[in-house]
Amino acid sequence: MFALLIDVTRCVGCGACVAACCEANGLPLEEGADLGPYHYTVVRKVRTRRGEVYYRLLCMHCLDPACASVCPIGALKKRPDGPVTYNASICMGCRYCVQACPFEVPRYEWNSRAPKLGKCSFCAERLQHGQVTACAEACPTGATLCGERNELLKVARERIAAEPGKYLPKIYGEREVGGTSVLYISHVPFRTLGLPEHLPLEPLPGYTGRALSQIPPLVGSAGIVLAGLWWLTDRKAEVARAERETRSGGRR
Amino acid sequence: MMIRRLFWRWLALAILAAGVYATIVRFTQGLGAATNLSDQMPWGLWVGFDVLCGVGLAAGGFTITTAVYILHLEKLRPIVRPAVLTAFLGYLLVIVALLYDLGRPWNIWRATVMWNPRSVMFEVAWCVMLYTTVLAVEFSPLLFDRLGWRRASRAARSAIVPLTAAGFILSTLHQSSLGSLYLILPTKLHPLWYSPLLPWLFWFSAVAGGLAMVIFESGMSARAFGRALELDVLEKLARAMTVFVGLFLFLRWWDLGRRGHAATALHVWGADSLPARMFWLEMALFVIPAALALSSRWRRSPQRLFGLGCTMVGAFLLHRLNVSTTALAAGQSYFPSWMEIAVTLMLVTLGVAAFRFAVRHLAVFEGPRRMKEERPTQVVYA
Repeated sequence: MFALLIDVTRCVGCGACVAACCEANGLPLEEGADLGPYHYTVVRKVRTRRGEVYYRLLCMHCLDPACASVCPIGALKKRPDGPVTYNASICMGCRYCVQACPFEVPRYEWNSRAPKLGKCSFCAERLQHGQVTACAEACPTGATLCGERNELLKVARERIAAEPGKYLPKIYGEREVGGTSVLYISHVPFRTLGLPEHLPLEPLPGYTGRALSQIPPLVGSAGIVLAGLWWLTDRKAEVARAERETRSGGRR
Repeated sequence: MMIRRLFWRWLALAILAAGVYATIVRFTQGLGAATNLSDQMPWGLWVGFDVLCGVGLAAGGFTITTAVYILHLEKLRPIVRPAVLTAFLGYLLVIVALLYDLGRPWNIWRATVMWNPRSVMFEVAWCVMLYTTVLAVEFSPLLFDRLGWRRASRAARSAIVPLTAAGFILSTLHQSSLGSLYLILPTKLHPLWYSPLLPWLFWFSAVAGGLAMVIFESGMSARAFGRALELDVLEKLARAMTVFVGLFLFLRWWDLGRRGHAATALHVWGADSLPARMFWLEMALFVIPAALALSSRWRRSPQRLFGLGCTMVGAFLLHRLNVSTTALAAGQSYFPSWMEIAVTLMLVTLGVAAFRFAVRHLAVFEGPRRMKEERPTQVVYA
C-alpha cells in the first residue's frame, strides 16, 4: 500500500507541490488559498518558538476512512493500493462525508448546480501507471516522499532515531483513527499544524458499526415481542368479550 | 374572526411566495447561494429541523397504531387516523426537504441499487422509503373509501396488523438511526450530546415527541375544525409521554454520569458556555411539562394539556437542533439564511394545508364531523 511521508522539518514552503498538484488535476493555482473544492493541497506558514515553519495539508487517506464508510452509495472508496477516491457521477450530495471527516478535508462546491466534492485523489491514476504522486515528484527537498507505507514508516523511524533532539518522537498518522496513508513527522507539535490531537486510535467506522450491528437482532426480537403482545392482548380482549356474553347471556 | 382568517391567509401566501423564491435560487444557483452552509457546517436547518425533527414528530404514527392494532388499546382508536395522516404528511415533507438539501438529488435513486450497508445514511434512506410506503398503505383506506373502492379498502385494512408491526420496526430503526448518524463524530460533537447511546436517546425522545405532537395536533384540530377535544384519550397520551420522557431523562443522566460529563453541564458561565446553557434550556423544557403532566389537574384541562404538548414538542425540537447545531463547534456560529427558513416555513405551511384538505374531504376524524354546530356546549378548545 502506498503512502506519503511529510517531513515538516524539510519543507521550505516553495509551493512546488501545490503547483504540481494543480497542474496534474487541471486546477487553478491560487496563492494563499485554504483547502477547497479546487485546492486539494495547500502549503501554510506558522510562527512557532522554533521559527517559521512551513507545512502542507491534504487528504490523509485513512486506512479505514470515515468518509467512505458513511457514503450511502459508495461514491467514496478506499483502494487497496492506498488512495481514497471519489466518483462524482454517482454522488447524491448528502455531504455526510464532509460532516464525518475528522480532518475536515473534503470540500464542497457550494455554488454549483451539480456540486462535486473536491479532495486529493492521491494521484490514483499515476500510481496505477507506476508513477509517484505529482506532489512527491515535484518536492525539491524530500519533504514529501511517496512509497510503500511500511517502508516510509521505517524511514520516519530512522530519521527520528538519527536526530532525536530535532524530531518529536511520534509519527502522526501511524495509529490515528486506525492509521492513515499520509504520515507526518515534525519538530513542532502537530496541533500547531492544524492536525487534530487526541484522535481515537480506533477507526471511526467502528463507532457506527457497533450500532448498525445491533439491527438484525433488534428486528428479530422486536418482531417476536410484537407478535407475542398482539397474541396476548387479542386473547385478553377475546376472553373479556366472551365473559361479557356469558354474563349477559341469560338476559338475551 | 374575519380579520383573523384574512391574516392567516395572507401570512400563508407571503410564506409561500418567499419559499418559491428561495426554491428558485436554490435550484438555479446552488446551495451556497440559498443557504448559510459551509464545509465546516455541511448540515443546517434543512437536515436539523426538516429531516431530524420532521421524522421525530411523525413518531405519533407508529406509536398510536402499535397501541391500537398490536396492544388492542381500543380507547385510542379515535386518534389513529389523524396520527397516521400526520405521520404520512410528515414523511412526505421530509422527502421533499431531502430533495432540497441533497446537492445532486437526481442521484437519490442510486441508494436502492448501490448498497453500502456500513453507512447509517444507507439505513436512513431505506427506512424512509419503506416506512413511507407503509404509511401510504395505512392511509390508503381513507382514500379508497372516499372513491368507493371497497375491495381495495378492505384489502388494505386486512393487512393492518402486519403493517403496523413493520411500521414499528422500521420506525424504531429510522428514529434510532438518525441518532446513529452522529456516532461517527466522537471528536466533533460536544460531550453533552455525543453518546454511544444516541440511537436509544433519539428513539425515546421521538416517542415522547411524537405523542406530544398528537396532543398538539389534536388541540389545533379542535380549534380549527370546531371539534371536541378527545380529552380522556389525550390524557392517557400525556401519561405515556411522561413515562417516555422519564426514561429518556434517566438514560440521559445515567449516560452523562457514566461518561464523566455530568459536571460539564455546570460550565454555564464564561467562555464556551453556550452548550451548557442550551443543555439546561433543553432539560427545563423536558422536565417541566413532564413533571406537570404527573398532575391529573393539568392533564384534564384542555388548555393546560395543550400547553404541555406544545412545550414538549419544543423540548424535542431543541434536543434535535442542539445535536445538529449547538453540539458542533461550527454550529455555534451558524444561523440559517432567510431562504433556508422560508423553505422550511413553506413546507410546514404546505403540511398544514394538506392536513386541512384531507380533513375536509376524507373521514379523518371518526364520528360527526362538525360537533361545534351540533352540540355547542361541548368542551371546545378555543
